[in-house]
Amino acid sequence: MNQDVKSKAQQVLNEAKLKNDDGINLDDYNMGNLGEAEGAYQSESEIPRDIKESMDSVGIDVSAKKSGLYLQSGNKHDLCVSNVKGVELMPIKEALIKYDGTDGKLNLKDYLWKAVAPDKDKYTAEAAIQEITQGYFIYAKKGQKTIFPLQSCLFVNLPGMKQVVHNIIIAEEGSELDIITGCTVHKTAKKALHLGVSEFYVKENARVSFSMVHNWGDDTNVRPRTGIILEDNAQFSNFYIVMSAVKNLQTNPFIQLLGKNSSYYGQTLIYGKGDSYFDTGATAHLIGEGSKAELISRVLAVDNAHIIARGTIIGDGKNVTGHIDCSALILSNNSRVDSIPEISARNPEVTLTHEASVGKIADDHIEYLMSRGLSEDEAINLIVSGFLDVDTSPLPEKLAKETEKIIEMVSASEMG
Amino acid sequence: MSFLRIDDISVEVGGKLILKNFSLNIDRGEVHVLLGPNGAGKTTLIKTLLGFKNYKVLQGHIFFKDQEITELPTNERVKLGIGVLFQHPPEINGVKLSNLLTVCGQKRGNNNHSSTEDVCEDDLAPDLQNLASRLNFTDEYLNRDVNMGFSGGEVKRSEILQMMVLKPDLLLFDEPDSGVDVENVELIAKIMRELLDRDKIPSLQNKSGLIITHLGYILKFLGHITRAHIMMDGTITCSGDPAMIINAIMKNGFESCRQCLACTDGATVFPEVDFSL
Repeated sequence: MNQDVKSKAQQVLNEAKLKNDDGINLDDYNMGNLGEAEGAYQSESEIPRDIKESMDSVGIDVSAKKSGLYLQSGNKHDLCVSNVKGVELMPIKEALIKYDGTDGKLNLKDYLWKAVAPDKDKYTAEAAIQEITQGYFIYAKKGQKTIFPLQSCLFVNLPGMKQVVHNIIIAEEGSELDIITGCTVHKTAKKALHLGVSEFYVKENARVSFSMVHNWGDDTNVRPRTGIILEDNAQFSNFYIVMSAVKNLQTNPFIQLLGKNSSYYGQTLIYGKGDSYFDTGATAHLIGEGSKAELISRVLAVDNAHIIARGTIIGDGKNVTGHIDCSALILSNNSRVDSIPEISARNPEVTLTHEASVGKIADDHIEYLMSRGLSEDEAINLIVSGFLDVDTSPLPEKLAKETEKIIEMVSASEMG
Repeated sequence: MSFLRIDDISVEVGGKLILKNFSLNIDRGEVHVLLGPNGAGKTTLIKTLLGFKNYKVLQGHIFFKDQEITELPTNERVKLGIGVLFQHPPEINGVKLSNLLTVCGQKRGNNNHSSTEDVCEDDLAPDLQNLASRLNFTDEYLNRDVNMGFSGGEVKRSEILQMMVLKPDLLLFDEPDSGVDVENVELIAKIMRELLDRDKIPSLQNKSGLIITHLGYILKFLGHITRAHIMMDGTITCSGDPAMIINAIMKNGFESCRQCLACTDGATVFPEVDFSL
């Protein structure tokens, strides 16, 4: 790591420590199993049942057909299986050694901290100072495709730990990647911090779809830091689903649509319960001519949950289009939802729109369904499940089905 | 036995008295038509019969199938066999019409309110696609969210499709023909006629209906109507032979009804409404 970057990061960290504006003190958490032996399992069959169950809760079914599987517990990887030629899936530490730029190979260092700024905030600074702890590297070579989705699961297994992950995903020209990822905590490890840096590079004519399910504990703090760079005609669809309680989760992926006609479709589904605090959103910067972004969020708040749903689209390039759509339902008296859509035009030839709605379920909707024989609770459930019925059509068919299945499963287990 | 008996009810909506000492009886197999100017309280009557939250019954009683339902929750009334076609149903974001119809079908399967001779039909899962195609609904419509972006005619056809699945014993139609083009009025009327057992011999007519309409046109297609009522200012002011009453109103309007003058030459048949069908 460049010493300059590191000292900058240290400065950010020091300043943040003084302010500590989000109440999370990084020193309260330890690095857990960092440095212990990697690769605990040789194959899927060795994964213990309780871990498999946790993986199930975030939609990772190890028995499903897949192009590869990556499993990380805490700060070390437990298993990495890759089944497709032309698509690499490996622990990032190994990848940094293998892809060092020699013999005409890719130099992974060229991609490190290029989509996410290391001095963005105290979390990226922390990750930069820890250097690379562990994470996954996914690399689709030119024109290569995953037939079945790649699976990855990041698992926080020890109480009091901070999991610091750095992932890099590169889709070379004309390649296609479908990735399902789940992040969760062991039931004994609820007090924890998950810090995940993910950098995506999608090159000319490449397509990436990414479905992520989070399942946390009510004492887990979560800070994903995601950056996505899209080149000419690159396409990205991003599904993010959190239906568990959490202590404090804040994320705001930054998508740079540099390429001509590149496109980003992001859909977020948050079901906030208990005393959960969520601050989620996405920022898309439309630079390439004709690029477009759509940011959609569906938010449900119950109990004492407080959810902030953000969306920012900046229109810079010629003929770019962007749309933000946020609907939220408030189902309890003590919950709160703030919807903050923001569109900014920096070129006269942009089309940016947004719509947002926040409120409870209308009485006349409930009564209408009751007039068809549903009880009040059944009517509310039908409306809520309809609300959560996300549009998976931007995903490839297989992944769409998979994602629908996951949402159905997660909502059934989380909503009773 | 009295099927639906509304006994001297007064109903308040949002602090305003809308229904005043309203009474009406509908027996099994009877179809009544309720006419009245805008604001007379016709839709309030329907929503009161369903037990909607904001419709407070201050006095009086409602009986259905000899059971008092005045305080019953909406879904319990529906379980007993009351069904309604709304004039302006809400748009329900996220709930697909096909999904709602499936739920209706399940509800129908669970309820045993049906008239005896329908029992074997209960065992057959209703073939939604079949029913839908009779109403010229394609799969694309069924996959749309309930009433979202539906045209006037589509709303009515979606409402009646739900009735076809629920098969209630008492059907309340709130303006089934408003905002609907001529072809669709005939189509809707045809299904209403079926749902109301109009083509069965009188002893087998087990379904009852209350039809609210502005235009007599749809009645042309419904066969025998038992009785017509005029509702004004929240109460029934006149009841009698449907042909006579409708023709009189068509000719002289509701205002003359207020002085009970409309029917003085009611014997003259209004040419648009021919009940000889």
